[in-house]
Amino acid sequence: MSDEAETPTEATAAPEPETLHGCPVTWSAGQQVLHVPRERYSEVMLALAGEGFDLCSDLCAVDYAGSSSRSLPDGISAERFEVVVNLTSMRHRRRVRVRVQVPDADPVVPSLFAVWPGTEAMEREAWDMLGVAFDGHPDLTRILMPDDWEGHPLRKDYPVGRVPVQFKATARAAADRSGTKGA
Amino acid sequence: MRSRTASAETSEGRQEMAPRGATERAELLREEGAVLRLPEGPTLSPQDVAIEVAGEGETMIINMGPQHPSTHGVLRVMMELDGETVVRSKPVIGYLHTGMEKTAEDLMYIQGSTNVTRMDYLANFFNENVYSMAVEQLLGIEVPPRATWIRMLLCELNRMSSHLLFMATNGMDVGALSMMIYGWRERELVLAFFEKVTGLRMNHNFIRPGGVAADLPAGWRDDVKQICNLIEPRLDEYDELLTGQPIFQERTQGVGVLTPEQAVALSATGPILRSTGVEWDLRRDMPYQYYDQLEFDVIVGQYGDAFDRYAIRLNEIRESIKLVRQIIELVPGGDYRTQDKKVTPPPRARIDESMEALIHHFKLFTEGFRVPAGEVYVPIESPRGELGCYLVSDGSAKPFRLHIRAPSFANLQTLPVMLRGGLIADAVAIISSIDPVMGDVDR
Amino acid sequence: MAGLGDLRHNFLTGTVEELVKWARKNSVWPNTFGLACCAIEMMATGAANYDISRFGMEVFRASPRQADLMIVAGRVSQKMAPVLRQVYDQMMEPKWVISMGVCASSGGMFNNYAIVQGVDQIVPVDVYAPGCPPNPETLLHSILTLHAKIQSGEITRRREATGRGAGIEVAEVLPTGGDAREAPVPVGTPS
Repeated sequence: MSDEAETPTEATAAPEPETLHGCPVTWSAGQQVLHVPRERYSEVMLALAGEGFDLCSDLCAVDYAGSSSRSLPDGISAERFEVVVNLTSMRHRRRVRVRVQVPDADPVVPSLFAVWPGTEAMEREAWDMLGVAFDGHPDLTRILMPDDWEGHPLRKDYPVGRVPVQFKATARAAADRSGTKGA
Repeated sequence: MRSRTASAETSEGRQEMAPRGATERAELLREEGAVLRLPEGPTLSPQDVAIEVAGEGETMIINMGPQHPSTHGVLRVMMELDGETVVRSKPVIGYLHTGMEKTAEDLMYIQGSTNVTRMDYLANFFNENVYSMAVEQLLGIEVPPRATWIRMLLCELNRMSSHLLFMATNGMDVGALSMMIYGWRERELVLAFFEKVTGLRMNHNFIRPGGVAADLPAGWRDDVKQICNLIEPRLDEYDELLTGQPIFQERTQGVGVLTPEQAVALSATGPILRSTGVEWDLRRDMPYQYYDQLEFDVIVGQYGDAFDRYAIRLNEIRESIKLVRQIIELVPGGDYRTQDKKVTPPPRARIDESMEALIHHFKLFTEGFRVPAGEVYVPIESPRGELGCYLVSDGSAKPFRLHIRAPSFANLQTLPVMLRGGLIADAVAIISSIDPVMGDVDR
Repeated sequence: MAGLGDLRHNFLTGTVEELVKWARKNSVWPNTFGLACCAIEMMATGAANYDISRFGMEVFRASPRQADLMIVAGRVSQKMAPVLRQVYDQMMEPKWVISMGVCASSGGMFNNYAIVQGVDQIVPVDVYAPGCPPNPETLLHSILTLHAKIQSGEITRRREATGRGAGIEVAEVLPTGGDAREAPVPVGTPS
């Protein structure tokens, strides 16, 4: 909690702090969001699974580097990465979103593979794209990029990799234009 | 982190797969171990499950794809074979990774639907729809009813065209080549209507935050009615051609069986989940837009095999026709896009007479509109399952993070489970029955 | 051409070269190489409404070794590029390439780390088809353009003169942005 986050955390100023499994709850556009500390992640997720959230719809990670607009409830300090899990309860027709703060220095969270095996590919994607590792994942390798790729493309400090749009002349045409003899 | 892999140098490059000991537990966990965590699932431990496999040196690893005619694009599947039986398999994806989520962070909200529509290129309207809904929820704006109904109409027609394409390719993959011709013939009817409405056969960029790009053309009701009237009797022809045909049944029934527990555990949605008997359709179970005002049935299967998935999609076309017929009676008059001046550009005539309109127009197309900070996850039912859009805004005119929960991506995880223990010849029918769109998988 | 019926045996005259070109033009077999959205339109071209078999091209070959034409239909990712090059290398001469759609031709709207900015950096392209995706009509037009080029011998002449396919310098390293890896695509000079 003593982490010097560059982003000021702003309390949602709810009159009665709502909690679920001991974790603060916020509402975003009518959707329930659960903010889970990393050390309680596995335990809370297992509890949610037991509560009837049987379908893990989505798991992704977000790189908040350079963002100053995030609002988090009291007691949750902002970190660079966030792992976002969207769970669905097919029986209760309910959804909940879980957000976990993951520090840049140690970007590791426990894997949910044992609870929802469907997160296998999603966690690999989060690792590939943002470099958040999942402890206990059976096969944490790159999934979308080639195996020997360097860097994690969806990180904010990774450039888009744009090639300047101009007519890319062939070497010969460029040589012709500059007046020298063709290569 | 990376497990030691066994590799072999071949003329086609290095082929590698994790050694069996390293993945077997994971494979088992994925198939059975996961199920035991579910509250009512059967309790099985990995140790109880014995698979009869040949020794390490007696199996063969073959590579299917990424350039293979029946892998629906650029899917690559590595399969370990014992004779003709698939022992293990692993889908390798990423050959169509387009970096769309990165590009989305670079485009304004108003440009975003150009980007997302190219993800699932068989169900373009669904991508645009889910993206627009997410942006609108963050903006807190209401879309005029006519725009929403138009969106639903186009989405249901798109579901028909997507499933018709599945009929065509599924038929082709299992050897019914004539089905290929018929499926495309019917699909062209729908595409001609799309071209009339949006100007393009695919990648429409028509549904945009705030509404739709243009109103429906004159005479659209008759066009849609005619499409429905033409396609409906032809579906009965498909029934004769495929559903009741013994060869097709032999080829697909009992092939690629999935249990409901496995399907839920592996996050499968859409026809794959419904084929196992789980009644789950977001249109009915968590209605969005105006689906709660419409009458339709959720088609479910019983056996969870490739034939069920085919039958579900065939009957979903019928349900979509039913929906489309209801929708065309219900589309109200009014605006086709929101009249919020901060989101919708002013009409052309206003620009000539109003300085303010000109400024709005200029600002909208150079800076875009700002979306309040926040995050939202919007799911809809696409032809392939739950299509979700997780959108994070930091208050600027560009998304901070756009993540698409692609149904094909999650559904593809069921492939190793379905292939396991089956014959190599069935692999084509199984891959086809998942109906993966690689643009959706890799994004 | 009057009087042919009077001849005891019908015959045609021509040079062997012209005959070969004519035969090649009318039996171009494409490879099934679908990548993305454009592949759907390529399949639509092969289906009943547009009927590519009018041009002797309905035989889509799954094996590159039996194909004459590679229609690069869709965006080419950095991961796919070596595969694409290998498929091209496996094709028998004479071979032709149509770059279908803006993504294959120039990267299109996806100017980012993942997409090769134009398939002509990997293989020599004979005809570019514009559009996103190109209509079947557009693809048919580009196919007819290719046929005209095959018939006129333009492509073979140019290749013989330069020895470099479509005249593309492929030895240059792909420009990549920032710290993306260097030289992601192994490229060579096409024969």
